[in-house]
Amino acid sequence: MKRLNGIHLPVKKRTEDKQITPLPLPKTVRIPMLMHSGSPCVPIVSAGDHVDVGQLIGRAEASDAVPVHSSVSGTVRRIIRYELPSGQTVPCAEIETCETQLLADTCIPPVINTKQDLIDAARESGCVGLGGDGSLTFQKLSTNHPVQMLIVNGAECETRLSADGRLMLEAPEQIIGGIELVTKLLKIRETRIGVRRNRPAAIQQLLNAAANSRNITVCPLPSDYPQGAEKVLIFHTAGIAVPDGQTPEELGILVLNVSTLAFLYQYSQTGIPLVERVVTVDGDAVTKPCNLRVPIGTPVTDLLDYAACEPDRIHQLLCGGEMMGECITFRASVVKTQNGLIASNTVKTYEESACIRCGRCMNACPLSLMPVSLDKAYQQRDVNQLKALRVDLCMNCGCCTYVCTAKRPLAETIQSAKALLA
Amino acid sequence: MGKLNDSASPHLRGNASVTRIMLCVILALLPAAITGCLNYGRHAALVLLVTVSAAVLFDFFSGLVFKRINCVKDMSAAVTGLLLGMCLPPDFPLWKAAIGSFLAIVAVKQAFGGIGKNIANPAAAAWIMLLLVFHKDMTTWRIPMTETIVSSAQPLSGSVGYWDLLFGSTAGNIGETCAAGLILGGIFLCLCGITSPAAPVGFLGSFALLSWIGGFDVPEQLLTGAVMIGAFFFANDYTTTPLTKSGKFLFGTGCGVLTFLIRHYGGFSDGTLIAVAAMNLFTPMLDRLTAPVPFGAVRKKKTKKSKKQETAAA
Repeated sequence: MKRLNGIHLPVKKRTEDKQITPLPLPKTVRIPMLMHSGSPCVPIVSAGDHVDVGQLIGRAEASDAVPVHSSVSGTVRRIIRYELPSGQTVPCAEIETCETQLLADTCIPPVINTKQDLIDAARESGCVGLGGDGSLTFQKLSTNHPVQMLIVNGAECETRLSADGRLMLEAPEQIIGGIELVTKLLKIRETRIGVRRNRPAAIQQLLNAAANSRNITVCPLPSDYPQGAEKVLIFHTAGIAVPDGQTPEELGILVLNVSTLAFLYQYSQTGIPLVERVVTVDGDAVTKPCNLRVPIGTPVTDLLDYAACEPDRIHQLLCGGEMMGECITFRASVVKTQNGLIASNTVKTYEESACIRCGRCMNACPLSLMPVSLDKAYQQRDVNQLKALRVDLCMNCGCCTYVCTAKRPLAETIQSAKALLA
Repeated sequence: MGKLNDSASPHLRGNASVTRIMLCVILALLPAAITGCLNYGRHAALVLLVTVSAAVLFDFFSGLVFKRINCVKDMSAAVTGLLLGMCLPPDFPLWKAAIGSFLAIVAVKQAFGGIGKNIANPAAAAWIMLLLVFHKDMTTWRIPMTETIVSSAQPLSGSVGYWDLLFGSTAGNIGETCAAGLILGGIFLCLCGITSPAAPVGFLGSFALLSWIGGFDVPEQLLTGAVMIGAFFFANDYTTTPLTKSGKFLFGTGCGVLTFLIRHYGGFSDGTLIAVAAMNLFTPMLDRLTAPVPFGAVRKKKTKKSKKQETAAA
């Protein structure tokens, strides 16, 4: 089978053998009302209110939103404005934790018997795509097209991140449980789990856990970056190229992340909504790299303290991996979509020079675009040429910038070019 | 807590750079260049020294005049100078060699916008200009280790064996006669992933095929003149050759065909660099013809129905 282009990233998985450990309870948490792609929630608590773990604090009023729950027991101090990496400001509940952590009495295992039950549960649990994209899981599940195949994303192709990898090693039965829940209710015949070839232990664990389930196959993926990108994953697991203008749903394909499935399974058992997640803490500034289970809304500085990382030495903080992560500040909290926290003490700056047409960007682009020509067309503000070169297909994986010998910020330029068309 | 960096993704870069690539190309050229200097003596070394240093100097001054950063640092001028020098006869007058570097760097490269923007290979285009302007000097060669002057072109000299052609003990241009060194350098660049084998395969393949059909001695045809340096270095220049593999192959094939035509039906004894410069002009067209189809992009195919509708409308 043909393989899509990609790049080989240096292996920097220092945390691959670090067991998931819970972070000690933070003193305060700040929970933003927007941690998914869609509209923000409306806070329904105010200063002085007492909340418990799993209690609803942000109501989803828009159709493209999922509710936000408190991740701790404590007292709401105030509702503040929180600035997201995108620049958007949203309301945010600041909660001071108390010593005894109690589960809210609304947390009861849901009854899930039909597809609609599952969709409702996914929505009420506040579930989003935990791989990092923040897509609304309930929207994915409520597809009107008959789903032929469930593709499970266990690629985790970014450098340094190992949160999903640890989950596959430590709790493969939760992932399989989630798969069975979804496939049963959506009447999906076939499931394919994509895991990169350089993670044989995770593949073995999943195979063992799926030994009794039929129709689940584990597909070893190339060890290149990017493998977790939806189009690339679908092609490398199912051999299907999603045509432009169509969504995977229209082709009868549902793609969910391993962590999302494991969460859905846990929710179906316990009824505790999405109030914690696993975050990989790593980077050159981190002396004790680790995988932490943290309450949503924990200030990132708490994670850095735990990982023995002096804030003074940090020059860059990333939410996510080094290839697609976003720069954040010390004021940021852990959000639902955050799979990694990377702290660097060195930030290299590169002097960009003229393109020499070496063509490496073309050979690296998974989608066979021509970044070299896009860059030139953008410089000339040639909208027609940009359209002809299909700038709209770019998924900002960053491979072109990574390989550029003239150190041109190609991916960034292409995003600006996209904005030019809009 | 200091101020944190805020930049767009990706936050990780590979370590390939233009300078590193150019250094590798120089390294790949060295075996043939050194053998040339050893075979033809002191003056050959001086020619290379002059072309390289003049190219670097002219690049530096053009950088000042055109206000371009990164001019000398990227080492591309040194590569151009070395390539040009290697395609000159060993006894070529030094001041004329310096003019060659001027033409390559200032007229062909910087005047068109600097590195990456020139339409023809600077060394090849400058070589053609030198051939036309200083025709006599450009066609006077010397048998290595001797003072015997020959003005006949190497492919016609006839009496030398393949071994001599491989290791450069024949009359010819400084860096062109050691075919073994050039092949070695070319393979090194392919293995490093700096160049793709597509262009050399197309070039040497089409040239060998035509020579065989024409009834010529194929190995001799391949090992003489600038065929090897042309196929492995000139036809692999990034800026002036197509981006895609299929484009590179077509480019190389075109070079092979033109080289054959010039050598056997043209007025010049060796037209490899003329062929390369001519094919350089086809690069934008080949790029457009061979552009990859983006993954998942739906090509609008004309079905019979839509064709019928179109004709009906017309």
